[in-house]
Amino acid sequence: MTTFLIAVGTLCAICVGLSLVLVVADRYLSDYGRCRITINGGSRSLDVRGGQSLLNALGGEKIFIPSACGGRGTCGLCKLRVRSGGGPVLPTEDPHLTADERRDGVRLSCQVKVRNDLDIEIPEHLFSVREFAASVETMEDLTYDTKRVRLALVAPPEIAFVPGQYIQLQCPAYGDNPEPVYRAYSLSSDPADPRHAEMLIRLVPKGICTTWVFTRLKPGTPVTFNGPYGDFRLHDGTGEMIFIAGGSGMAPFCSILAAMRQAGNPRPTRYFFGAKAVRDLFLLDEMKRFESDLPDFRFIPALSAPDPTDLWNGERGLITDVVGRHYPDCRDKQAYLCGSPGMIDACINVLSGRGMPPENIFYDKFA
Amino acid sequence: MTVPLAVTTPGAPGGLAAQLLIIFLAAALTDNILLTRFLGMCSFLAISRQMKTSLGLGVAVAFVTTVTAAINYLVHRYITAPLGVEFLDLIVFIVVIAAFVQILEMAVERFSPALYFALGIFLPLITVNCAILGVSLFMLNKQGYGLWQALVYGAGNGVGWLLAILLMAGIRQKLKEDKIPAGLRGAPITLIISGIIALGFIGFSGMVKF
Ligand SMILES: Cc1cc2nc3c(=O)[nH]c(=O)nc-3n(C[C@H](O)[C@H](O)[C@H](O)COP(=O)(O)OP(=O)(O)OC[C@H]3O[C@@H](n4cnc5c(N)ncnc54)[C@H](O)[C@@H]3O)c2cc1C
Ligand code: FES
Repeated sequence: MTTFLIAVGTLCAICVGLSLVLVVADRYLSDYGRCRITINGGSRSLDVRGGQSLLNALGGEKIFIPSACGGRGTCGLCKLRVRSGGGPVLPTEDPHLTADERRDGVRLSCQVKVRNDLDIEIPEHLFSVREFAASVETMEDLTYDTKRVRLALVAPPEIAFVPGQYIQLQCPAYGDNPEPVYRAYSLSSDPADPRHAEMLIRLVPKGICTTWVFTRLKPGTPVTFNGPYGDFRLHDGTGEMIFIAGGSGMAPFCSILAAMRQAGNPRPTRYFFGAKAVRDLFLLDEMKRFESDLPDFRFIPALSAPDPTDLWNGERGLITDVVGRHYPDCRDKQAYLCGSPGMIDACINVLSGRGMPPENIFYDKFA
Repeated sequence: MTVPLAVTTPGAPGGLAAQLLIIFLAAALTDNILLTRFLGMCSFLAISRQMKTSLGLGVAVAFVTTVTAAINYLVHRYITAPLGVEFLDLIVFIVVIAAFVQILEMAVERFSPALYFALGIFLPLITVNCAILGVSLFMLNKQGYGLWQALVYGAGNGVGWLLAILLMAGIRQKLKEDKIPAGLRGAPITLIISGIIALGFIGFSGMVKF
């Protein structure tokens, strides 16, 4: 018995001792003092605490750089040009940088640690990114795994965004999630109603943020988000537009279609919505309304694996096959894609195989 | 309490130095941790492809082995042994090594960014290198080791590991992988070569007696 107590006591004491040493070491060794960050050749400069990541240092100064992975170095959205002081490119950054970007000094700001003074460049439009306080107005089940979440803005009271852009929702610490994380969600709201922000959110099993949305969010819950980000949007042209997106990938198109209706946009537009079965379809009435309100728009849902009980006489097959069947020749058309990287890459393959030039293909990868 | 630095018989001139030299050579050559015990194999197989990375990892391992052997000697001698809880050595050693590597990483990052970036991911990888834990544990089996002996034993093993990975890197750079049957490329051929080098190292045991 005494041996047991001594053993437990010793082990605890050693662990506590080592932790203390680590804390002290962290305090003194990781103290890089104050560092100066010069932005855009001196148009702004910040005085921040060294030792943190550049992404967090900027966030602390209310400059929001897009980051979908919360700084883990997997999304590649937090790229910035670091002109001096960034140190060498880390192996974690390697896969996200092209040869050109490397030459220009582009870095993942979540991986660059502020160890000394830095000279960086931030695209001007990111300065217009704001942090918003809002509260949940409604939560609506669209399918068994997708919800439409509508937020009423509190402060600032309005958001200006280009349809197609996304925001970053803050998921606070809860349950097993020890610290706030940010996740990107495309805005599905009508830009004519700047007092609300609306999103379509699909549950990712065991996902940190989506589980929080599905289990903790209720009308009235206060939430924080920042944005808008992204350059996914409609581009000029006259040819037919092909939209392709399934599931929550529909979000940016809701917003884009609302703006097209507002502007009376006459461009021929076809929206291909890929799903497995009838239970995965949603917002069909809204799409019907767009079909009748817009001069030349059609919504084309396609089922890849309809249930035997589904009464379905629409398109069948994988979305890539359906699009391929509709368009033997895509030369003078534009395509807009939204969804998982796999789906997008497969679609790009089909479209460019049918002659669509790469500069006519626009997409937003949800990962 | 004073630390017994050596247990050689006093009066024997050069006794300590000679003993330390033998411990070092035995640990590095005859009893090479990688080639005779096959510890630290996974990073050896993965990293030995290139000379530069092998050198980086090897030096880091050698340094950490040396220092942790000494620290763990002190922990064993003044904490776990007097309290009669030697069975905790294994788990305590793991914690000590992990903590030491953490601190080392912070220090290197702070004071020598160049070295920090050169070592890159190797420092954190070392925490899970079983050769380092192995050295600390084998040290306990050695009779009559004092702090100096522990330190040198650690250094010898570390240098032995460094030597082995450098040898392998040298060989693998010369090796034309495309001439090797497909099924033997990569890890298999590396293991076969390790075996042959290990045989060669047995030759040292004739030179250095324990
Ligand atoms: C620009 C952009 C726009 C986006 N817009 C939307 C949107 O409008 N609606 C929407 O629902 N989501 C959207 N996403 C995805 C969203 O940001 C989150 O990645 C997703 O909701 C999962 O977050 P989580 O915290 O619940 O899961 P995490 O805890 O981050 O992930 C849990 C596990 O699931 C995996 N995983 C992460 N995302 C997905 C996914 N999408 N599908 C399958 N597995 C996944 C992860 O690899 C991980 O292993 C968008 C992403 C980006 C980059
Ligand atoms: S924040 Fe995702 S890669 Fe940097």
